[in-house]
Amino acid sequence: MATNRSGDGARPADAGRVPAGSPVSGAAPPEAGPDGSDQGPLLRLQGIGKNFGPVQALTGIDLDIPAGQVTALVGDNGAGKSTLIKTIAGIWPPSSGELIWKGRPVHIHSPRDATNLGIAAVYQDLALADNLDIVQNMLLGHEPTRFGLLDEVKMELTAKQTLQDLRVTTVRSIRQPVGSLSGGQRQAVAVAKAVMQDVRLVIMDEPTAALGVTQTEQVLALITRLASTGHAVLLISHNLPDVFQVADRIAVLYLGRLVAVGPAADFDTQSAVEFMTTGGSTRRRDGGRSEPGNTTAIAARPGPSPSSGPEG
Amino acid sequence: MARTERGDAPEDQVVPVAPVGEAPEAEQAGEIALASAPDVLAGSLGEYARVWLRRVRNGESGALPVIIGLIIIGAYFQVRSHAFLSAGNIANLMGQAGWIITIAMAQVFVLLLGEIDLSVGYNMAVGATITMWMVSVSHPFPTWAAIVVGLAVSTAIAAIEGMIVAFLKVPSFVVTLAGLLTLSGVLLWLYEQTGSVGLGGVISDHNGFINGLVANNVSPTASWIILIAVVVLAGGFMITRDRRRRVNGLVAPPLSVTLLKIAVMAAIGVVLVIVLNVNRGTLFAQLRGVPWVVPVVLGLLVITTVLLGRTKFGRYVYAIGGNAEAARRAGINLNRIRVAAFALVGLMAGVTGILYASLLGSISNNVNGGQYVLYSVAGAVIGGVSLFGGRGRMLGAVLGGFVVAVIYNGVILLGLGAAGQYIWTGGVLLAAVLLDALARRGTTGATN
Repeated sequence: MATNRSGDGARPADAGRVPAGSPVSGAAPPEAGPDGSDQGPLLRLQGIGKNFGPVQALTGIDLDIPAGQVTALVGDNGAGKSTLIKTIAGIWPPSSGELIWKGRPVHIHSPRDATNLGIAAVYQDLALADNLDIVQNMLLGHEPTRFGLLDEVKMELTAKQTLQDLRVTTVRSIRQPVGSLSGGQRQAVAVAKAVMQDVRLVIMDEPTAALGVTQTEQVLALITRLASTGHAVLLISHNLPDVFQVADRIAVLYLGRLVAVGPAADFDTQSAVEFMTTGGSTRRRDGGRSEPGNTTAIAARPGPSPSSGPEG
Repeated sequence: MARTERGDAPEDQVVPVAPVGEAPEAEQAGEIALASAPDVLAGSLGEYARVWLRRVRNGESGALPVIIGLIIIGAYFQVRSHAFLSAGNIANLMGQAGWIITIAMAQVFVLLLGEIDLSVGYNMAVGATITMWMVSVSHPFPTWAAIVVGLAVSTAIAAIEGMIVAFLKVPSFVVTLAGLLTLSGVLLWLYEQTGSVGLGGVISDHNGFINGLVANNVSPTASWIILIAVVVLAGGFMITRDRRRRVNGLVAPPLSVTLLKIAVMAAIGVVLVIVLNVNRGTLFAQLRGVPWVVPVVLGLLVITTVLLGRTKFGRYVYAIGGNAEAARRAGINLNRIRVAAFALVGLMAGVTGILYASLLGSISNNVNGGQYVLYSVAGAVIGGVSLFGGRGRMLGAVLGGFVVAVIYNGVILLGLGAAGQYIWTGGVLLAAVLLDALARRGTTGATN
């Protein structure tokens, strides 16, 4: 995480938003963008609710996912994290509320819709074929051809470039089968594969689960790298140290409601845990906007909260 | 350390992630090397050999076991019967091997998907029957038309099976088992309909072209010209490909390795052509040259290898066999690939039927399609094609099918009959599967 953005904590989150492709303009106000599509976050969730029959899994989720930042979604088991990301990834539509992609309302009815928009959920086990090598996996479904045959040279150069951009340098040969890779390397290849298909929002569900210390470091570095190349990252994790290491913004789900959202610097482990387990916190640094046990969303609504910025 | 390189860091100051993984990388290097093709890791001939040996020791042995098996089996037959390696028997073996190899090749397309086609044996018989009926004396269809129709029928039959597998999600084992039973009935029915042509359940082959595939030989001179052309083309292709990789800054196998491969390929070809150009007839009725079936099968090997290794279709076949969900997420139309793969099985089965009829000089309602499908699976598996999908090459199936044919040929030479032939084939198949299982256990043991 860049040191300059650690200081963003006290300012509206939008100040740290980095428009895609222009990493130095992070300090410019978002209104300065000549292109209307640069206004607002990459993806905005407005009042998203999801019920399965009588079971209300999500209620009134308002969340901004800006480009160039890592948004961490945390919560206890059953808080609705998976339900929420599956709604974004098109596994099922929301029961209520709206998804606003680049300022326009969108309906995501299938994973293909999500992919076409530029949303990719990275599941390492579902994304890679063990018997194919890294290059073949990364370009699967998008192979360049030459005289009707696969252009292996172009494939390898493209894959190599993408891996270099993401600073994935721990693989010895990009022609080794994915089955021979470590968990962290597989995660990296899965991410690189997603990035290659012009993805704007990368959703990672517990990417560091079951990884060793070194591999976790590699994956966290990769996540940081993704955000710095202008991608929006939505990170779901149980592991708070990991979250605090890479997240720019943290959103806490509790029993299907968003109970806290804001710059990572506004949280500490103690307050995050309290939000996750009780839905409220007594310790929030910026002065308890929520009461203990208060389970209403405290910062997701438009209003004068640290996270909402110009939304209001 | 990840924190230091975020966002605004100038490119040239960025600390790469590599050091994080450096220690494990050194330890893993050996493991990784054995998992990758030596082509992309080795910089010199010696290094190439070391990487290759390490892979072999860890179960990634490629075609090596089947080649060693061939040598052992061949040596045994030669010791027991000195006729085995005679020019006459080698030529005979080529004719016998042709259809066994192609039926093994047919199975590869679906085995790679993790599917199976049990109906290939009867499918080839049905296709061949239609072709032979069309070229029989009383039906003067042109040869090419008869062959096209026969191949089309076999292709269509397999494609229909593939559609049932793909769209209705029925296991291919069951669908093609039903196909096996149905087609064995269709075969009998066809001969009931052919009247005088198929009298006694046999259609004799009077067609010069089809008979000539096995019976006729490429002239000795033409054999040499074809061999030289093939070696020059293949060698030129390999060297150009390596050069293009190097020009683009990619790792390519050292020139010495490529030259060695070309030399081995040329040597095998030269020995084969020399042996087959020996007069195996009599002084007055000379018989020499490479049977046409050899270049036909080699041509099919080249085409199918390119199809599986160098086209999107082939890549998707491997991807589906490795992880169908990943393939689906990559936007691949799984059903289209599955149906196409089954159709290709049918096409190769059709080719097999023609080579089979060419060898026997006839086709009958007595074709043992139930047994031939076992040759098909056995040949592919002996050649290292996995039954679980995603692993294996066409060259393996060709070598595996050749092993089955060598056993068939050798056992007849030894006068052991059908009993010995089946027991031998079963034993070799079991050995191949055991070797594969042991090798894989060794590999997983090493990496975990």
